[in-house]
Amino acid sequence: MAHINVPEGVPGIRSLVMFRPETGKYLYELAQVLLRGESTLSEAERELIAAHVSSRNQCFFCMSSHAAAARCLYGDEEALIVDEVLHDVQNAPVSDKMKALLNIAGKVQILGKEVSPEDITMARAAGATDRELHDTVLIAAAFCMYNRYVDGLASFTPTDPEAYVEMGKRMAKGYVLPQQQ
Amino acid sequence: MPYIELESHLPGITGLLEYRKDSAQPIRDLTQYLLRGPSTLSEAERELIATVVSYGNECTFCTTAHTAAADLLIGDHETAKQVKQNIETAPVSEKMKALLTIASLTRKGGKNVSAEIIERAKAAGATDIEIHDTVLIAALFCLYNRYVDGLATALPAEVGYYDTLAERIVNHGYTRLPQGYDHLKK
Repeated sequence: MAHINVPEGVPGIRSLVMFRPETGKYLYELAQVLLRGESTLSEAERELIAAHVSSRNQCFFCMSSHAAAARCLYGDEEALIVDEVLHDVQNAPVSDKMKALLNIAGKVQILGKEVSPEDITMARAAGATDRELHDTVLIAAAFCMYNRYVDGLASFTPTDPEAYVEMGKRMAKGYVLPQQQ
Repeated sequence: MPYIELESHLPGITGLLEYRKDSAQPIRDLTQYLLRGPSTLSEAERELIATVVSYGNECTFCTTAHTAAADLLIGDHETAKQVKQNIETAPVSEKMKALLTIASLTRKGGKNVSAEIIERAKAAGATDIEIHDTVLIAALFCLYNRYVDGLATALPAEVGYYDTLAERIVNHGYTRLPQGYDHLKK
């Protein structure tokens, strides 16, 4: 049971933004611009950052749904990358740049101050640009918000992994505020 | 020195919001609605939520800025100070004590918000929308605090900067200034 009277049976953040579309509108706009807007990081890479931070925040709903979206965007051949990153970033089959950016995202998850000049130097040495550093920090920070919103109000979290497959397909197409039921 | 190249006359969050304006827009809009939009919580009460979360996240820029805004709205320098030190003994209502505690628990992690503290807030008269907005304001400041510190933004060179900033967020709000920020260049 959610802590407040949100629509029943609707999972995660969708139930919260249906309860309060006035704020939900901006939350979806932010997800859309950060995860689907113009970037030199692929949509799959950005979803990977979202899933990684959500996993570290132990937000099962956000982790499962963004992992599902990332698998969709990577495609069948590469979908396992997602599971390997969630298991162990340093040994996952992603570029050195992505490892360095995921490391920074992990530091942001703990607290802003945790990101060190060395973390930044390592990412730059692997080719990360100012804009990629900015976007990585902001995506990680945004998921520290989304994760707390979803779990802080105890929104409904499906436990069956199958429930997230369809969600991932929908999310891969973009973030659109759900309509009232 | 910030980790990325930002306009040097814009310390803290402002330089970041000017660095990427398309992502800044929904963040500004969300903040304007949550902290200045229609609500049964006063603007001062909502600034106290922002302050207590920023303080807990050890974000100097955000804590100082929102303390200054809360002080200006409340008309004293004591309330925000005491809320940061100890919510339970601070001069705020029982409902606010419960909501500020919910905000602090949200900051530590969403799962920390227990059924018991929600019950306490409801018993003190908090509505579902007030509880919702408290959690979302707390979560939003977990974004801001990490954004500001994660990219090592500069602190203002002069303490007086915070008073000017507080005046702006109290009298103008959180939307981008129509004329931009070039007038702040020295």
